[in-house]
Amino acid sequence: MPREPGPLPHVGGVDHTDAVDIVSARGLVKTYGHVRALDGIDLTVEEGTVFGLLGPNGAGKTTAVRVLTTLLQPTAGSATVSGLDVVRDAAELRKRIGVSGQYAAVDENLTGFENLDMVGRLYHLGRARSRERAWELLERFDLVDAAKRPVGQYSGGMRRRLDLAGALVAQPPVLFLDEPTTGLDPRSRLGMWTVIQEFVAGGTTLLLTTQYLEEADRLADRIAVIDHGRVIAEGTADELKGRVGGERVEVTVARPQDLPRTVEALAPVAVGELLTEEHTRTVTAPVTGGAAALVAALRALDEAGIEVQDAGVRRPTLDDVFLALTGHEAEARTTEGTDA
Amino acid sequence: MSGLAQALGDGWTVTRRNLIKVKRVPDLLVGSTIAPIMFVLLFAFVFGGSISLPGAEQIDPALYREFLIAGIFAQTVVFGATITGTGMAQDVKSGIVDRFRSLPMAPSAVLVGRTTADVVNNVLTVVIMSLTGLAVGWRITTSVGEAALGYVLLLFFAYCISWLMAYVGLLVRTPEVFNNASFIVIFPLTFIANTFVPSENLPGPLRSFAEWNPISTVTQAARELFGNILPGTPEPTAWPLQNPVLYTLLWGVVLLAVFVPLTVRQYQRAAAR
Repeated sequence: MPREPGPLPHVGGVDHTDAVDIVSARGLVKTYGHVRALDGIDLTVEEGTVFGLLGPNGAGKTTAVRVLTTLLQPTAGSATVSGLDVVRDAAELRKRIGVSGQYAAVDENLTGFENLDMVGRLYHLGRARSRERAWELLERFDLVDAAKRPVGQYSGGMRRRLDLAGALVAQPPVLFLDEPTTGLDPRSRLGMWTVIQEFVAGGTTLLLTTQYLEEADRLADRIAVIDHGRVIAEGTADELKGRVGGERVEVTVARPQDLPRTVEALAPVAVGELLTEEHTRTVTAPVTGGAAALVAALRALDEAGIEVQDAGVRRPTLDDVFLALTGHEAEARTTEGTDA
Repeated sequence: MSGLAQALGDGWTVTRRNLIKVKRVPDLLVGSTIAPIMFVLLFAFVFGGSISLPGAEQIDPALYREFLIAGIFAQTVVFGATITGTGMAQDVKSGIVDRFRSLPMAPSAVLVGRTTADVVNNVLTVVIMSLTGLAVGWRITTSVGEAALGYVLLLFFAYCISWLMAYVGLLVRTPEVFNNASFIVIFPLTFIANTFVPSENLPGPLRSFAEWNPISTVTQAARELFGNILPGTPEPTAWPLQNPVLYTLLWGVVLLAVFVPLTVRQYQRAAAR
């Protein structure tokens, strides 16, 4: 096809001259039949930062990562990574990214060393450099002792570490991690976080997806909340938590008839609107000051002579963010494909 | 040129990976050879005494064993080729195909690596089958060159079937489903042929099917090239069986021409669900 000379027009008419945007997606749509896995996603990730894509199962997180890593072609919209188009420049782009998926994509029959060595060769590092790099990574991820054992014998945490090591073989400037800790026990999860924090300290740009606000909070500089294939909120962890009202005191009373008086008693302690749930006999009051607010609340209830069954301070969870932002719980969608 | 060299290098890297699996999980190889050995013994000693060969004056189990082995070879290498489909379905399911597709490697490498490793697998199987054949009295009576051609033709035919299997494996995506489906199709195909009984013994429509079945012609070609056509056997009447080497090669070329591009496309699509 003949092309007119001169500069190409900017897609969508938006001029992103800001060169520090490593990942940039505009209006990404991916449909499967009637299901819109991605429904017009816009994302921007700055160089050297960690970007968290937060959402429940089926929200479109994995689909977004697969589009950005060239594994999937978008139905509409466009995206660039390191200035390369994910569709047109897919082959060139693959040289510059590392990907670690939700299901540790390692070969069970190969040893840890053989897995990494193979990946190195497929990045065309050459024979000697591939071996050398494999050992470097095994050492860094504390897998040297297991290096000569088939991966089939590894624990879940070890597999994830190996998979992550696989993504780092070519020292890519941009890294994509899809739910790096889903399914791991708490100890392995902490271990993964430490590892991830170590290498992002080295300046790698990272886009990670997660179902856990705590994880996004700990690792990401910026977070986009995604639901039904759309970005419904974006900001720093603190900004997002601010939107769901931060801490809250949750009180469960013994007798349902006490609920209206409970609301009255807690009103002076609360910094926002109170929420009553009849069937659980629970009143939730947004507060500041944590434990002190809880003491004040209990004192007020005691003075009003209300019998309290349970009380506590809660911090915002992903469910709270969801409830606040969408009005529905962050439940996995039951449409086809678990995490499309 | 460097593109081709790189593609070959990538293909070899994946081949090595698949061969390591054969080494580490020998069950696969054992599984794919135990069944044919059993077939040799069953047909040679149970059915062999009841199957009459055209041209033979009477039923002779020793002659039947000579007739049988090429048929078993054909059946075994075709079943060996189905491993390709199982392997591809497994790789898609386990997610390793995603890893491969995110790497800057040649898109053909995963398929080339898979099919090449399965040829090696088939070579090992054919060696074991030949030893079994020799043990029950089968002999090659032709020249080294003809015998080698016989083996190469069997392996080439299986290699072409491998690509078809890779395609189906990528479509099905579940190793268990693939195994069941391929067995239901391949098993009768290897029987409605001249593998275990002469096609002349089959009733009308089955006979025609058997005569045009490429599994028959690869068997017939192997029999001719190994010198296992019994004296007094009447000349085949169907064109494919009269020109078994040519007909088998034609099938192979067509299979490759159709399924190499189809499979590469399906591979790029399979993971891009």
